[in-house]
Amino acid sequence: MHGTRLRGLSILTVLTIGTALVLVFFYAPNEADQGFVQKIFYLHVPLAIVALGGFVFGGIQAIQHLRTRETRYDLRSYVAIHLSLILAVGVLLTGSIWAKASWGHWWVWDEPTLVSFLIVFLLYATYQPLRFAIEDPERQARYASVFAVVAGAFVPLNFIAVRLAQNLVHPRVLGTTGGNMPGSMRLTFLISLAGMVLLFATLWKYEMASKNAAMQLKKLRRRLLEREPQPV
Amino acid sequence: MPALPLHEAGKYVAAAYIVFVVLLLVYVAIMASKLTRIERELVELNAGVAEEDAEAEEPAP
Repeated sequence: MHGTRLRGLSILTVLTIGTALVLVFFYAPNEADQGFVQKIFYLHVPLAIVALGGFVFGGIQAIQHLRTRETRYDLRSYVAIHLSLILAVGVLLTGSIWAKASWGHWWVWDEPTLVSFLIVFLLYATYQPLRFAIEDPERQARYASVFAVVAGAFVPLNFIAVRLAQNLVHPRVLGTTGGNMPGSMRLTFLISLAGMVLLFATLWKYEMASKNAAMQLKKLRRRLLEREPQPV
Repeated sequence: MPALPLHEAGKYVAAAYIVFVVLLLVYVAIMASKLTRIERELVELNAGVAEEDAEAEEPAP
């Protein structure tokens, strides 16, 4: 059952996010260039990493679905993508606020990281209309899985392409050598990231439990209808 | 751009964190309403099954 261990996970998530907030506002120093505004980084970047990771996770579950044809993998993929899409809205909104505070503009079109994330978001925004445009449940699951695999593969490719781009304006805080943040900032960032991962896991389990309960209810209703004597 | 003073930067930081919390609350509220609907349907089904069981147990005249 997906509902099991949800309480423990929820408590752990609340504790980790609480610790992260304390570290963000009372432990991590203000960044020299941006000052207090840089505190948005501890929310925005973990959100973006978890949203993109969620899209990839959705793609992996879709591969499992295509291999095994088991509906549970399709459901896992659907919930992961749905949740990641919501987090991606958060990434765009917090990113815009940060951009306004740092650069004086809500959106900068010549910034590869921003635009590439918007492209990923818009790509996944078509997932649900595509999925629910197909009536046959089996075909719906299969087509949605193919979409999730292709789009999931696009996410890391897009990320690498942006990293390789020459004209970089976005700050590179997480380099290949582990980043150039001081220890206190790195610790705060890692705890924030852990909190966001746990939040994703908790909400994913929560939604899975809800979807499974709805499916079981549907099956139960169908079985009860079949038991009812048919009029002659 | 030079770093914003604290009173100016605080508004942006607060806005970002509030946006995130609001997004989370909206999501949880939608999920809660779905769970409430499932719970209501479950109560209806239980009542229906109990009614059927009671009819089946009634002695035939």
